[in-house]
Amino acid sequence: MTPRRSALFWPQMAFTIAVCSFLVLPVVLSMTAGLSVNWQRGPAGGLTFHWIAEVWALYAETVARSLAIALACLAGDLLLGVPLAYVLARHPCRRTRLIEEMIMLPVAVPGLATALALIILYGSLQGFRSSSLFILVGHVLFTLPFMVRSVLAVLSALDIQTLEEGAASLGAGPLRRLATVILPNARPGILAGSLMVVTLSIGEFNMTWMLHTPLTQTLPVGLADAYASMRLEIASAYTVVFLLMIVPLLIVMQLAAPGSSNQSKGKR
Amino acid sequence: MTTNDQALSVRLEGCAKTFADGTKALLPLDLTIGAGETLAFLGPSGCGKTTLLRLIAGLDSPDPGGRVCFDEQDVTKDPIERRKVGMVFQSYALFPNMTVAENIAYGLKVRGVPKDQQRTRVDELLTMMRIIPLADRAIDQLSGGQKQRVALARAIAPRPRLLLFDEPLTALDAKLRESLRLEIDTLLRQLGTTAVYVTHDQAEAMALGDRVVVMNHGRIAQIGSPHEIYHAPADRFVADFVGLMNRVSGDRRDGWLHCPGGRIPTGAGTPDGPADALFRPEQVRLADRAQAHVRGTLAASFFLGDRTRVLVDGIGERPVIVDLVGAVDLAIGDPIALEILSVTSTPVGAD
Repeated sequence: MTPRRSALFWPQMAFTIAVCSFLVLPVVLSMTAGLSVNWQRGPAGGLTFHWIAEVWALYAETVARSLAIALACLAGDLLLGVPLAYVLARHPCRRTRLIEEMIMLPVAVPGLATALALIILYGSLQGFRSSSLFILVGHVLFTLPFMVRSVLAVLSALDIQTLEEGAASLGAGPLRRLATVILPNARPGILAGSLMVVTLSIGEFNMTWMLHTPLTQTLPVGLADAYASMRLEIASAYTVVFLLMIVPLLIVMQLAAPGSSNQSKGKR
Repeated sequence: MTTNDQALSVRLEGCAKTFADGTKALLPLDLTIGAGETLAFLGPSGCGKTTLLRLIAGLDSPDPGGRVCFDEQDVTKDPIERRKVGMVFQSYALFPNMTVAENIAYGLKVRGVPKDQQRTRVDELLTMMRIIPLADRAIDQLSGGQKQRVALARAIAPRPRLLLFDEPLTALDAKLRESLRLEIDTLLRQLGTTAVYVTHDQAEAMALGDRVVVMNHGRIAQIGSPHEIYHAPADRFVADFVGLMNRVSGDRRDGWLHCPGGRIPTGAGTPDGPADALFRPEQVRLADRAQAHVRGTLAASFFLGDRTRVLVDGIGERPVIVDLVGAVDLAIGDPIALEILSVTSTPVGAD
């Protein structure tokens, strides 16, 4: 029962493979370098976990810090972003549109500029400047719009005002409406936003590079450090560690996201 | 919760509504809805009927000074969730994150009804609305008519003191609208719950309302039984809005209105002078030329199945609409002679 393939099938397939190779090849090469005894000879020269062990010994702390910051950033975005998206969705007018555009600014402005602004504003607060919290603030600032946009898109498509009025007419107070109607229906947006936020936070370099101190390095900053000061194999092994961390996270969140959930399977 | 709360009466006193942008959606008005009564709000879009419904529901609050009372209790400050009303929305407002049965059970759950009683009540409503096979469906797997049935069941489930309908049938096609309207009518008689029904469809308002409130520009144009609204409209707006109405201008002398097409009987005791005669398309029939009140020529003819609607030129400034029952054998341009059986009276000078 295979449908007849059109004349365009193979050219399209070739194009797709070419694009995928373009995206994946550098990463694959980097990973093999990290697993090779000598990167110039490649896997032919023998494979080893030595570099990975070395990376772990040197940078385990940055891995833990990055994870902690990403999760804290997610928590912050959920606490700030979801209510904000709700308010924006409930009151669609020119003023809220303006707010929506304003919170997009940190995405439009280069990370370095935002970091500089943060340093000027908070730099004199000694304890704060030298803590991971400082990086966290930057990450929340940078990732918040992604959470808000994602949740807002889902809520706007739903006509939540009427849904909420429906729930209220059945006797549900504001908190109950939030818990039983708004949040469950916003779930796809919240999940998609969370996925985005965690990935962005773990990979953020631009801004973090300005905000970090030698004692508050994150994964990408550590990667830059490894590349600048050590053998290429170590930096490459670092990439492997990075991918090992982020890929499972991506898979888990992708599974929970809409399109793969049972609820939406029967839709079409 | 085995018996319905006793039917509720609703009283509005000096209720007005001005929106944030200064629009006066509703001018101050008083209105009483009797216990067990079904009141239909009828009017064009923007007339304030939905605003009025939202004030009664508790979704909006009236401008300062206005009061909403349920029986003798002032509920002006209570939000909708404390008013124990049931509401059916034009866009259904069903929760997409719940199944049909969960939607119906929602109001019971919120009110803390025990699980087994919830189940019994949900089954009862699924049966009543004939949607048993849909119980476990997701909302987005339902057709429009099914959705509105579920919405109706959900609103009735907690046995509300007052049922509110906000144009519930507008989004449905004509045939479905008709059958659901009949169901709602049966349901309301059966439940005996006080109900308010907002619509811009006069057929719906007349069929469902014990009384009809015709609204225009934020004020009540007329309150009356469907019969009164149709046959004795309070003003020109009501006359034109409810049903089709012919209007022929002319000069009134000795109980007759003289117009280009002939003369129309307006009854004795009406003052002489320039005036309009109003009459419904069905209050006209074909007549012999000798007996006819007015004469004209056939301008157009539409076969509607149960009757034929014809437009007649030459009687007044605008074509007169006439509904004829039975076989009609006329061609465009044929001379037509008409007898006008009765004219609709409106108060003198009412505009």
